[in-house]
Amino acid sequence: MIRELTLPLARDEAASLRAGDLVTLTGPVYTARDAAHKRLIALMEEGKELPLPLLNQTLYYVGPSPAPPGLPIGSAGPTTSYRMDSYTPALLDAGLVGMIGKGARSPAVVEAMIRNRAVYFGAIGGAAALLARSIQSAEVIAFPDLGTEAIRLLTLSRFPAIVLIDSLGSSLYKTGPAQYRSEEL
Amino acid sequence: MRELPVSAVRDAVRRLFLDINRKIGPDVEAAMRSALEKEISPAARYALTQLTDNYAAAEETGLPLCQDTGMAICFLTVGQDVHFTGGDLNEAVQQGVREAYEEGYFRKSIVEDPLFERKNTGDNCPAVLHLSMEPGESVRLMGIAKGFGSENMSRIFMLPPAAGEEGVLNAIVIAVREAGPNPCPPIVVGVGIGGDFEIAPLLAKRATARPLGVHHPDPRYAALEQTALDRINRTGIGAAGIGGLTTALWVSAEYAPTHIAGMPVAVCICCHASRHGEIAI
Ligand code: SF4
Repeated sequence: MIRELTLPLARDEAASLRAGDLVTLTGPVYTARDAAHKRLIALMEEGKELPLPLLNQTLYYVGPSPAPPGLPIGSAGPTTSYRMDSYTPALLDAGLVGMIGKGARSPAVVEAMIRNRAVYFGAIGGAAALLARSIQSAEVIAFPDLGTEAIRLLTLSRFPAIVLIDSLGSSLYKTGPAQYRSEEL
Repeated sequence: MRELPVSAVRDAVRRLFLDINRKIGPDVEAAMRSALEKEISPAARYALTQLTDNYAAAEETGLPLCQDTGMAICFLTVGQDVHFTGGDLNEAVQQGVREAYEEGYFRKSIVEDPLFERKNTGDNCPAVLHLSMEPGESVRLMGIAKGFGSENMSRIFMLPPAAGEEGVLNAIVIAVREAGPNPCPPIVVGVGIGGDFEIAPLLAKRATARPLGVHHPDPRYAALEQTALDRINRTGIGAAGIGGLTTALWVSAEYAPTHIAGMPVAVCICCHASRHGEIAI
């Protein structure tokens, strides 16, 4: 069964999701990857205003390919999330409720997720042309000089995702492979 | 002596990268569809369904299969009786890549200085060019668009000769297990055994471009490939790393002579978006 979620995600709803849940996401998300994270954290440390709201918002770790004429965005699959790990706890503590990416997260990120009842979704890496079809609009809202790494506001429409790590700290990367493992370790 | 204008190389490079970034090879597509058929994990089925639907989405929209259209890697094998005319061969290869990535609306993912500024070069150049020679008048181009989600998970092990077959198998499984979900499984694994510190990875990289389903001609290496594949698929990592039956689509091994004191083993990991192609120029 696939659960259809609407963004921005209410915190109680985020907390009700469980690792392994198949979902679709509809609504606004903000893109950010390595360079944008670095700048956001620098702004926070200087006490300056951020170019996007964080409270109950969701970040998508993606560096899309350029949009050809007639399409809102190019291919847009997730990038590997661990590169954002050192920045993520501060963003969660500042109100972020959801993240979309691929790959495992650090213990510090998982602790911050538990503390803030947040959720980490996975999009399927490499399904990028298909995922682009679930993005209705894209608009650069900050750091345009970063090109593909600029912060964009995307509007998702039934974007397919999976709950990878839930607000209790349970990870599909642990439970999933364990269930299908048949080797002796 | 055959005269060949470098513009022919440029055009071949351009065509090849436009093609491989948009259309997956029939061997990979067949392997992915058979992985979906066999799969019993609902989450992995969800992933594999999207990945196989992605082929049609790319074809219908003209978008690249993956937003990471990779670093462009060119293996150019040149007959020694060929004379290139009309300019610089290396520059022709770079221009072919530049044109493909611009025309295809592909992402430019190359930075100039790897350590300090990391400033994007803006045209996906420089491409990596490996030149080699052979007798005759033919020119063959093999190109790989390599994403770094999987390239980052590739490894080299300088094993002692006594590590033997078991040592090689362990090295492969360790690399795959530590990579986990990061290289976008189901992966294609290239293994380079022997040579030296630079030959082993080169063999491994080339091995990822061998057609899936084709084993090494030496039955001992073919058996090694099969054992490695079985072991990898028993890890349970599965599609997207979320648990499932297919972690790797294929393992290809290549070997080269090495020193009496060593056995380098390189494991080159390629994602399911294994984009490569070959053309004669
Ligand atoms: S590892 Fe491959 S499929 Fe995954 S994001 Fe990178 S290029 Fe795309």
